[in-house]
Amino acid sequence: MSRPHRGAAGSRGLGTMEVKSKFGAEFRRFSLERSKPGKFEEFYGLLQHVHKIPNVDVLVGYTDIHGDLLPINNDDNYHKAVSTANPLLRIFIQRKEDADYSAFGTDTMTRKKNVLSNVLRPDNHKKKPHIVISMPQDFRPVSSIIDVDILPETHRRVRLYKYGTDKPLGFYIRDGSSVRVTPHGLEKVPGIFISRLVPGGLAQSTGLLAVNDEVLEVNGIEVSGKSLDQVTDMMIANSRNLIITVRPANQRNNVVRNSRTSGSSGQSTESSLPSSTPNILANFLQGEEESDEEDIIIEDSGEPQQIPKAAPTSESLESLTQIELQESTQNGFLPSSEMNLNHSARSISMEYEVQDADHKSLEEDGTIITL
Amino acid sequence: MRRFLRPGHDPVRERLKRDLFQFNKTVEHGFPHQPSALGFSPFLHLMAIGTRSGAIKLYGAPGVEFMGLHEENNTVMQIHFIPDQCQLVTLLDDNSLHLWSLKQHGGASELREEHRFTLKGPPGSPPSATQITAVLPHSSREALYLGTESGSIFVLELPSFRVLEDRTITSEAVLQRVPEDYCNRRSCELVEALREHPKNPDQVLIGYSRGLIVLWDLQNSKATHHFLGSQQLENLYWQRDGSRFVSCHYDGSYCQWPVSSDNRQPEPLENLVPYGPFPCKAISKIYWQTTKNGVPYIIFQGGMPRASYGDRHSISVVHGSQQTAFDFTSRVIDFFIIFSSEPTAEFDDPSAMVVLAEEELVVIDLKSAGWPAVHPPYLASLHCSAITCSHHVSNIPLKLWERIISAGSKQNVHYSNMPWPIDGGTNIAPDPPQRDLLLTGHEDGTVRFWDASGVCLHLLYKLSTVRVFLTDADPNDNMNTMGEDEWPPLRKVGTFDPYSDDPRLGIQKIYLCKYSGYLAVAGTAGQVLVMELNDEDAEHVVDHAEADLLQDQEGYRWKGHEKLKTRDGPVRFEAGFQPFVLVQCQPPAVVTSLALHSEWKLVAFGTSHGFGLFDHQQKRLVFVKCTLHPSDQLALEGPLSRVKSLKKSLRQSFRRIRRSRVSSRKRRGAGGNTSEVQEANAKFDQDTLQEMELAPVQRKIEARSAEDSFTGFVRTLYFADTFLRDSSRHCPSLWAGTNGGTVYAFCLRVPPAERRMDEPVRAEQAKEIQLMHRAPIVGILVLDGRSTPLPEPLEVAHDLSKSPDMQGSHQLLVVSEEQFKVFTLPKVSSKLKLKLTALEGCRVRKVTVANFGSCKTDDYSENDLAVLTNLGDIQIISLPFLKLQIRYPCIRKEDVSGIASCVFTKYGQGFYLISPSEFERFSLSTKWLVEPRCVVDVPEVSSNNHVHNRSGMENAARKSRGSGRSSGDYGEDERKSGKLMEHALLNDEKVLKEIQSTLEGGR
Repeated sequence: MSRPHRGAAGSRGLGTMEVKSKFGAEFRRFSLERSKPGKFEEFYGLLQHVHKIPNVDVLVGYTDIHGDLLPINNDDNYHKAVSTANPLLRIFIQRKEDADYSAFGTDTMTRKKNVLSNVLRPDNHKKKPHIVISMPQDFRPVSSIIDVDILPETHRRVRLYKYGTDKPLGFYIRDGSSVRVTPHGLEKVPGIFISRLVPGGLAQSTGLLAVNDEVLEVNGIEVSGKSLDQVTDMMIANSRNLIITVRPANQRNNVVRNSRTSGSSGQSTESSLPSSTPNILANFLQGEEESDEEDIIIEDSGEPQQIPKAAPTSESLESLTQIELQESTQNGFLPSSEMNLNHSARSISMEYEVQDADHKSLEEDGTIITL
Repeated sequence: MRRFLRPGHDPVRERLKRDLFQFNKTVEHGFPHQPSALGFSPFLHLMAIGTRSGAIKLYGAPGVEFMGLHEENNTVMQIHFIPDQCQLVTLLDDNSLHLWSLKQHGGASELREEHRFTLKGPPGSPPSATQITAVLPHSSREALYLGTESGSIFVLELPSFRVLEDRTITSEAVLQRVPEDYCNRRSCELVEALREHPKNPDQVLIGYSRGLIVLWDLQNSKATHHFLGSQQLENLYWQRDGSRFVSCHYDGSYCQWPVSSDNRQPEPLENLVPYGPFPCKAISKIYWQTTKNGVPYIIFQGGMPRASYGDRHSISVVHGSQQTAFDFTSRVIDFFIIFSSEPTAEFDDPSAMVVLAEEELVVIDLKSAGWPAVHPPYLASLHCSAITCSHHVSNIPLKLWERIISAGSKQNVHYSNMPWPIDGGTNIAPDPPQRDLLLTGHEDGTVRFWDASGVCLHLLYKLSTVRVFLTDADPNDNMNTMGEDEWPPLRKVGTFDPYSDDPRLGIQKIYLCKYSGYLAVAGTAGQVLVMELNDEDAEHVVDHAEADLLQDQEGYRWKGHEKLKTRDGPVRFEAGFQPFVLVQCQPPAVVTSLALHSEWKLVAFGTSHGFGLFDHQQKRLVFVKCTLHPSDQLALEGPLSRVKSLKKSLRQSFRRIRRSRVSSRKRRGAGGNTSEVQEANAKFDQDTLQEMELAPVQRKIEARSAEDSFTGFVRTLYFADTFLRDSSRHCPSLWAGTNGGTVYAFCLRVPPAERRMDEPVRAEQAKEIQLMHRAPIVGILVLDGRSTPLPEPLEVAHDLSKSPDMQGSHQLLVVSEEQFKVFTLPKVSSKLKLKLTALEGCRVRKVTVANFGSCKTDDYSENDLAVLTNLGDIQIISLPFLKLQIRYPCIRKEDVSGIASCVFTKYGQGFYLISPSEFERFSLSTKWLVEPRCVVDVPEVSSNNHVHNRSGMENAARKSRGSGRSSGDYGEDERKSGKLMEHALLNDEKVLKEIQSTLEGGR
């Protein structure tokens, strides 16, 4: 990854980190420079080297702090694995041909009760056949907490990735008032609040937004002084990549820096971790992250295609944007062959929405594309 | 943060921006909403209208207009000009008096409020004691007589508004010599009328509501005559010579009373109930106008038989055997008669009657036989049928202008050709830079053509589309046909007619080609009419076609209104725009977009179901395209009912807002105690706040999807000759944008002129663009190789525009409610964009390309986008780089109908409705500014002598003051010195008062 990383948190500032790697019945131990973990490919090569399996395709996984087995297959999750490891990074290596994909994911190691999984999976989930989960690289982020390092602890900045999911955003906002401390003492000021979460909607499923949370910013723009309708319009205009800064009504679940309490969602980022996400907002503010906006053009009733940029607006698109670009291409805008892929992706993120795939009658006359 | 980082604070550009853009609200066109008072100055020949929102507007000769607004926003109850002055006094419903004057400032006159005053009674007196009911500005210009509810008359000194307590006329003083039995029966009650004697300024006629009328001698402070009326009094009027006066009464009668020195308590000469013998309504105002031939004009308001005509708003004019009861379309607020005001003239010789009704101004020519109406040059009732859409065309070629005027003049034959009688002031504004037309579409199926070039919005021509269709109303049903000996002799006057026969006739879209005179008009029931200007009457068949926009989509049922039935056979059309083609959309949904290309002879139209293209040369439908999403049930079932209910609910909410505003105003007016009012207000606010908290308004946050309602609704249609398929050949094209963010582009093949009738026009879909943010598309535009918007059809042919640059590559600008996007052509790739909603939370409501010229250098001008947002802000955005130039708040964001009605001109001006009957005109340009600029001079003839005399006296007074003391300390002593002077120098009280007021003015 070309982007320079923020230094790791100082409290964990041991120079090196111990790695325990298991392949078959064999263990290897070695150490890594925590601050300079390098790229995934290098790490992969290193593992092949230490296990002496230079030409074997393998899957690499690690146990996170919750005991879940999570994959390492790109720079992002590799860095995350490195930065969460405390004190030891446990690596599990499988041969690709006999890999058990279902081993990955939440609850995989400990099978302990997870509150969120109850919400996401209603009781009937037991009746359904076990779903084959594809490689985690097909996962698409649904939401994340970002900018934890620059925001006050009482605030939370949540990014909802509407793009690529059929789940409705699913929340309502209202006018209200909150009490602020001002130089003139306490003052009641008008504000915008979340008034309702639609069951099964994206907002509710993330667990990051709750009723009565006060909305402070929408995609980096303060909402104070704006009317409810204005804020509504802003949110809808940004709905494909919505970043909301809230002051949660319940301040007890705040992320406390440098502790190990994780967000309740399996997708949430660990708070103190230097990840790539903090850059998202900055990225947005520079107006370069336009991946959510690729219009579709159909020329002479031919194949639909996304509208390319006439000239790149910046000299290099950042890697994150590129990833999303790929994702958006996968997302059904290029015809059929990739459609299935998209469906499978959807089936992972919300199993009970699978059945409505047929109700989406796409391509009514061959030219109109709806998604 | 982004904003600060953005480059573009280029000082050169900033300076240029100042030379290009400037925001001004310049003038209000149309008829004032809710007028409440009328005043007229025979001296200045100016008319004043007050409204319920506290506005006061002065009108004189065409172009002479002034406007003032009372801070209180209270209803203006009365307006009185001070005789022979550029001053007027207004009385508001909070009992406050305001003095306004016209003063010259920078070469033009301005209306300014000078003073305000509230009459206060002695401590402990009830508020009614000082509630003003009648106002008389005395001809001496020094005093204002105020009749009150208590029957007392207070005297105010002018212009200081000081109460002259010693001159108050109490009811006790008046009643002194009234016979006992009369006195016992009735006390004085409130003062209904105060009228100064036309010849003797020291005598004032006082009328009390119970019927007692008293002639009061100001000089001796006593009543000289008593007139014991038996009926409740409404009003009084002196005859010109002062030998008689007329009183009018609540029971519909009027009386003539003689005034002579021999009889101090005369009986009425004549007591008449003009529309008797059955009970009649009150006559609220009466004029008795003398003429040379001795037959007077008796003009009175009301007096109709209560049972059968009690609901009419009438003013009757009786002149010998001629009698007409003018029947107005709305309540009469007030009226006045223009007559000879020369003091030397022997007779009144009335020339015109000016009537302010609630919804329109009507002027009747009393000189011409038959008393025809005069066509007012301003104060047009825009809302005579509700406005449903407007369209502005700038810079009309003279030829077309003249043809429209000539068509209009044929419609106006029934108007009097009397010159406009209200002709005070001088219009010194420069001539309008160009001829502009504003076209308004109305609910009753008419299109009105207004001269919008200057300050006076003037009706040129009215077009009705009704004739093409069969409607329930019989066109021959004429309200005016009345039998000769009909009694009362009612005659309907005025044009206000808010009742539409059939809502389907409503006009929704208008497109006029100013070069060819082709006009396309589209309406509520999917009707599209193409018309041509014909200078003669003609009878012909209108070609009729149907456009099935649903095509082969099956299983849909339209639950909306039926299509309009057409007339078979030839139809007679009067000179003007005559329809020759009618296309009816099926289903007959509201036409939501319309475009006409007069060079290619094509008309495109769209509804919520799709759009179509019609060749009006060959009279053939070229193609239709269904844009409907199969799941959009709403659009299928007929949007009209829903749109209507939305409109209704909007209207209701407006009403609610207005009511609450009125009630809060009333509250403020009623309670004198301010702190109490504030408390009440605070409580009210709290209550409403609590109410709000109980039922919070929620907004759903959801991304738009293709399944949303009305995604297929066609919002915009655009013809362009551009590079659609490849960069070597350009061709005619049609572009359509929908509510769901889809743009369709069709490649057209229009046969060359010589084979235009032989070969069909062909169309083929070339492109379809789906904007991912799916916001409604409100504008499509193609920029040529120089990034200039493509010219209008025929513009180049008329040498009025440079031909477009076909060498460089063209660009496509798509404006959605949320974003502006520029794409390359012919290969559509996004080039740049400006996000509006995502950053500011506002949406584009209206957008136009406007040309802005620099006020500094004549040869510089540029094209920019003028944008109105849903918050009522106007933004100017540069082309082609989409940089925000400037932003002005223009319309209140709650004013939904104002925002919806806004129309921009091609040269940076605009109009929007501030009430159903008024357009506010605004200007964004430094160069094109149409605003009233006028001078009102005090004519010197009338009292030259008097003035001269007075100034001499003033000098004397000043001299005496200068010699008397050296400095300061005026006051009581000053008044004493005045008294001294009275004995020493003068015996004229009037002059003394003048001196006094001068001294006080100087203090």
